[in-house]
This record gives sequence, structure tokens and C-alpha cells, in this order.
Amino acid sequence: MQLYLPIADIPINVFLILAMGAAVGFVSGMFGIGGGFLLTPLLIFIGIAPAVAVASVSTHIAASSLSGALSYWRKRSIDPTLALVLLGGSVVGTFLGVWLFTLLRAHGQLDLVIALSYVVLLTGVGSAMCYEGLRAIRRARRGGNATLRRPGAHTWIHGLPLKMRFKRSKIYLSVIPVNIIGLLIGFLGAIMGVGGSFILIPILIYVLRIPTSTVIGTSMALTLVTMVIATILHAVTNHQVDAVLALILMIGGVTGAQFGAQAGHRIRSEHLRLLLGLLILAVGVRFAIELGIRPDEIYTIRASGGGA
Amino acid sequence: MTLRRITVVFLALAVCGPMSLAPAQAEKLIVSISNHRVTVTSSYSGEELVLFGSVERDAGTPARPGGYDMVVTVSGPRTDMVTRRKERKFGIWVNADSRQFLDVPAYLAVSSNRAIDAIAPADVRRRQQLGIDNVLLTQRVGTDYADVVASDPFRRAFVRLRTEHGLYRESASGVTFLTPTLFRAGIALPAEVPTGTYDVNIKLFADGAMVGDTQTAFEIVKVGFEQFIATAAHQHGLAYGLATALMALMTGWMASIVFRRD
Repeated sequence: MQLYLPIADIPINVFLILAMGAAVGFVSGMFGIGGGFLLTPLLIFIGIAPAVAVASVSTHIAASSLSGALSYWRKRSIDPTLALVLLGGSVVGTFLGVWLFTLLRAHGQLDLVIALSYVVLLTGVGSAMCYEGLRAIRRARRGGNATLRRPGAHTWIHGLPLKMRFKRSKIYLSVIPVNIIGLLIGFLGAIMGVGGSFILIPILIYVLRIPTSTVIGTSMALTLVTMVIATILHAVTNHQVDAVLALILMIGGVTGAQFGAQAGHRIRSEHLRLLLGLLILAVGVRFAIELGIRPDEIYTIRASGGGA
Repeated sequence: MTLRRITVVFLALAVCGPMSLAPAQAEKLIVSISNHRVTVTSSYSGEELVLFGSVERDAGTPARPGGYDMVVTVSGPRTDMVTRRKERKFGIWVNADSRQFLDVPAYLAVSSNRAIDAIAPADVRRRQQLGIDNVLLTQRVGTDYADVVASDPFRRAFVRLRTEHGLYRESASGVTFLTPTLFRAGIALPAEVPTGTYDVNIKLFADGAMVGDTQTAFEIVKVGFEQFIATAAHQHGLAYGLATALMALMTGWMASIVFRRD
């Protein structure tokens, strides 16, 4: 069934978009991530302009993270204080990101920056997760118990001033690094069309040493708010949010996420981390290859405003 | 009342239009398009329009033993576009050089009844802008404005990319003469055509010289839901963004109710 997208200005197959939403939703439900880093490249691949893809995926992630966040809220595994402090930085980051997005679009370098950010972040985070997952699996084989969190193992970050107490996470921490991390995630999210959970979760666990129990829920709550803001900002500044595309993605996504979450429960957590690491790494490597080899078409055309 | 007035105006235009535009040689072109208003709806996936017409001759018209030739040029809404060229820098491919094309048609279709080279000599082709290679595509290079030769790499890449998307097309068999004076031409509109007004230029040739021409137009418009969304997104960005965000929240909330297991 073909459907004409009013903002992307091309007809698409509804079932293809639904299937893509469902597949990415499955993965995101399984690993507890937004899945934007998979969905945005897929949309670009089927011919949707990068700007429209990034903006519409923000809307999609807002929907999927709300349904996730609600279920974590009921389980009391969201730390509202931590979410709010992260949010403070993240709102500023989102504004900066959308501003840079607009600027880069005008200068024709948006695609390059999106691709470069994907390469650097995905290969970096992916390799780290693969390494960590492999180590955890080896440890489990030897019969030792994998300890993710080492209480008392403090770094220089824990010596920073302006400390405050995050009750539900049971941690006493300076607001400075939390704010900076929020800013970074908001910024990247707006530029890359990703929720940023795949970067935020490792940072919260390994750098800030926040307990895993509240990390995923809190990160979803943060993703929810930043993506709602990103949607509105993209709509106001770039007019590139395709509501029809976003709605189809959402319907596929929230359905797929339910099955993904069920599948996720059946896989051991260290295997899950290794799988996610491999997936992230694969997407990163694909972008790297694309940048490195000579493209089939070295010319591109973009409308530059003016006229009709 | 208004309808009647419009009809009268339309009839007046239809009668006077071709007459006032007809050249001294006295061949007149009467044309009509199968659809003057193409509507883009949710099921739109391209359309094919047909242009019909006839060459009207009168007693004073000289005989044309060689028969007629015709070139139909359809040009879509004009816009500025940038063509960028990637170059290898520090091991990766990045956009380096670029040219801005000013006020160029977003859609361009040139149809003729035989190869344009055979219809008119080079100087006429150039002057009448016959064929994609002869259509004016103004470029801005730094501070200069100029149309460049057809072999310019940026111009060639621009035309080639537009052609690959079906937005620029040239067909030497697009016009068919059903009788020596009755003709039809197909206008293929791909799914990606931009909305706006499309000008149709019909030029009649005999023995390499232009003996008549006329213009008509059609428009492509989004209607209903598609138009509503597109207008809202561009003119009421904030309200549109808020509504979209609200839609996302509703969907997420509903999903959490439907699939609730705890």
C-alpha cells in the first residue's frame, strides 16, 4: 500500500515503514534503548531526506520512550531528581544541537557531520560494549560472579563540589558532571536523531557509578523529555517533522518493543550486552566504510530555498 | 453568477489567447491538456497528462511540403538549488566545491516528434531554448551570474541527477502527429514532482524555422489532508510541533495501556 508523505514529499510503502518500525522496536525493547541510531540510517537508506529522517525519528522515540518510562515509573525505577538535573543540561544541549543542525544544513555539511558522529560514537561505544560483554562472559564461564558496580570505587568525578543527594539511586554526587552529561546527550540527540540512551546508560553506570536499577528508567525519562523538545524545535526551525511518517513508525515501534522486551528476558544479560555491542559496532563500521570509499555519485543536489 | 463570469473570461481567454500569440505566418495552435489541476492525495504516485492540439491553417498560410515539427517544453516551479561535489579530504569523502543554480525549473520535460537536432539548426535551438542542453540554467559562481556551456561538469551532473529522478526528461518521440495537423503529447509526472504551477510551451517548426507557438499551464496541488499537514508544518511550526509531540505522547501512553502486563 503506497502512501504519499506530506513533508518528505515522496510516496512510501506503509508496510515497509511499519516493518522497519517493528524491527527497530523489537531491538529497542530487547535492549532497553530508543533505537534511533538504527532507524535514522534505515530511513535515509530508503530515500527519505536526512533532515526529515532525523526530525521524524525524534517524534517516534518520544512515543516509544513514554510507554517504556511509564512501566519503569510503576516499578519505581526512575530517579526523578537525577532525571531533572540531567534534563537541565540536556535542554540547553538540545537547543544548541538544533541550532547547529540548521546551520550545517545551510552549509551542506549536515550529512557529513551526521555520518562522522555515527562513526565516532557507534564504533567507540560498540567496541567498549563488545569488550566488556566478552569479559563478562569469560568471567561467567570461570564461575566468578560479574560485578558491574564496585561500590566505594570512587574517581575524581566524585570529588567535585556542588554535591547533592539522589535519593532513589542512593548516591551523593556533584551536579556538575550530571549537567554536562545531560548537555552532551541533548546535543547529540538533536543532531543525530537518536535518543542517546546507548551513550547515556554506559556513562551513568561506568563513570558516575549509578546503580543499574534506576539507570534505564531514568535514561528513558530523560530521552522522553529531550525528544519532545527536539520534535517541537525541529518543527519550529526546520519544518521537517513528518507527522504521518512518525505515526506509522510509532505504531510499528511500540508493537515491536513489546515482543522485544519478552525476548530480552530470555537472554542472559552479558550475552545481551555483547549482542548490542556488536549491533552498534556494525552500524558504526558501515558508516565508516561509506565515508572511506569513493561514492558512486560524487554530486548531490539540494534545494536552497528561494523560488517556490 | 461568478461561475458564469469565470466561464465567460475563460472562453474569452481561450479564443483570444492563441490568436494574440499567433505569429504573422498565420499558423495557429489550439491546445488542451487532459487535466489542468493535478491533485496530490495520499495515494498519489505519479500521473500522466496528455496534451492535445491541432495546427489551424487558413487561406493565407503558405504550403508546408516538409510537414510540421513540434517541441513541447514543460517547466515546473522555479527554485534555487545547490549542486555539491564530494572530494577526498583526509581520507574521507566530503562536500567540497559547490555551484548554486538560480531560479531553475524543478521539473523540465522536453518532448518532440523527432530528434531536436533534426528539427532546427543550432542557432535556432539556442535562441528558442530547445532541448535540455539549450535551456537556460543560471549558475552563481562566487559573485558572477552566468549560464555555462552544456558540457560544464556541474551543469551536466545537475541535469543527470534530475534525469535519474525522472524530473528532467527529454523524449524525441513524445509528440505524435496523428494527422499532418493534429497532434498529441504525453507529459509524464513522476511521484516526486514538486507542487506548483507548470508552464507548457508549444513551438511549431517547419523547415527548420519556427512558424507558431502557444503557451498553456497546469498546476499540481496538494489537497485535503496532505495540504493541511504541509501548510500547518510550514506556516504554524509551533502548533504543528506541539500537536505532533502530543500525538507521540498519546501513542506511547496508549501502548503502555494496551500492552500493560504488570
